[in-house]
Amino acid sequence: MHRGKGMKFVGDSRISANSKPFIPKDYSEYPGKTEAFWPNFLLKEWLVGAVFLVGFLCLTAAHPSPLERIADPTDTAYIPLPDWYFLFLYQLLKYTYASGPYNIVGSIIIPTLAFGGLLLAPFLDRGPERRPMKRPFATGFMLLAIAGVVFLTWQSVYYHDWDKQAQQGKIVEGVAIDKEDAGYKALEANTCLSCHGAELTGGAGPALIDTGHTADEIKDIAKNGTGGMPAGIFKGSDEELDALAEFLVKLSAK
Amino acid sequence: MFNKIYDWVDERLDIAPIWRDIADHEVPEHVNPAHHFSAFVYCFGGLTFFITVIQILSGMFLTMYYVPDIVNAWESVYYLQNEVAFGQIVRGMHHWGASLVIVMMFLHTLRVFFQGAYKKPRELNWVVGVLIFFVMLALGLTGYLLPWDMKAVFATKVTLTIADSVPLIGPAIKTLIAGDPTIIGAQTLTRFFAIHVFFLPAALLGLIAAHFIMIRKQGISGPL
Repeated sequence: MHRGKGMKFVGDSRISANSKPFIPKDYSEYPGKTEAFWPNFLLKEWLVGAVFLVGFLCLTAAHPSPLERIADPTDTAYIPLPDWYFLFLYQLLKYTYASGPYNIVGSIIIPTLAFGGLLLAPFLDRGPERRPMKRPFATGFMLLAIAGVVFLTWQSVYYHDWDKQAQQGKIVEGVAIDKEDAGYKALEANTCLSCHGAELTGGAGPALIDTGHTADEIKDIAKNGTGGMPAGIFKGSDEELDALAEFLVKLSAK
Repeated sequence: MFNKIYDWVDERLDIAPIWRDIADHEVPEHVNPAHHFSAFVYCFGGLTFFITVIQILSGMFLTMYYVPDIVNAWESVYYLQNEVAFGQIVRGMHHWGASLVIVMMFLHTLRVFFQGAYKKPRELNWVVGVLIFFVMLALGLTGYLLPWDMKAVFATKVTLTIADSVPLIGPAIKTLIAGDPTIIGAQTLTRFFAIHVFFLPAALLGLIAAHFIMIRKQGISGPL
């Protein structure tokens, strides 16, 4: 670098006035068939990126991102589900010695050890060897950790009730409900609305719009219950029951 | 014409060394899939960065419609998803990109780990990389709440319960990120929005810059 006397600058700046021709660095000493990053290798990277982007856009077009119904924090029956890459941490908290009185083991100690180990890997594995087979402890712990994460994620997916998941979050189109109808009055009188919602869009129980049930099935469920719904909730007369069933069969979003 | 503009700027700012510093370096044979196909494992880091760029761009467009308050958040996402032209695609890219970036980063981490590329003198770059991993996970966690649908709120409830169970500082952490010791509501949503859109991306860009500067300074690790 040119310093001291004889230097000329552009104006009062620190930019040198004498332009130097740019000479590319010499990489001939570097072993193997090297390639210049600019523009040769960047062009190839660009191609890989373009192929990747096409695949990514196909995924996006084929699978619209999910959206469940608007949050209702009072709905205590909802079974929570984190994003898939947190499932293993979530599943960990379901085991006896990682939950309840041992909660601290599952929520703090194990994750801190695992992620702390990952963060400090270069200071724990300090030998000069780089090949995986030559550093059995590092490789072994990592393989164990991967197996653990895969197993926990699989367990979480396997034991989750996916039908209920789809049901409990479904967006239900609200419909105009005739609240003067004898059927709606019967629902109100028999405390159905406390679980199925005043607009019948669901709550602790499922939505009653577009149930797909026949009138007889509805009568049976109202009296004898189904799934999480106990028997004997309907206590009214047979006329009320008829009106209720007829009202729900006709209730459709279309 | 471009040459003239370039010369005009270069005379004043001497920009050649700046962009040459970034662009002018060799790509060694062992990381080049054109020479050894197995070198495709070196693509994972670059693809992670590529998806990060997609996330930033799609996120910028999402904020044109998204409203971070509990009355309108869900409505705005629903509108974006169903009414806005290409809204479904932009939201889809942000949604699936969030998963893909985790996948790519995981593969990149495994590549570096099993090749022992974090050994001296590259320890610091590994630490910065793992910090990027944590920031990405935090971005996923905070972004999950923003649509304000059922799964968002209940997953966040679980997260905050876990944060609450940390000994000593748990309740303070929970209050800090939720905005209230007990309620998950308007404050929580705006805080998660601010963390997701301002705090974490700022941290992420700083860390990525450090990651790249260190790679350029040290060069990529040699073949095994």
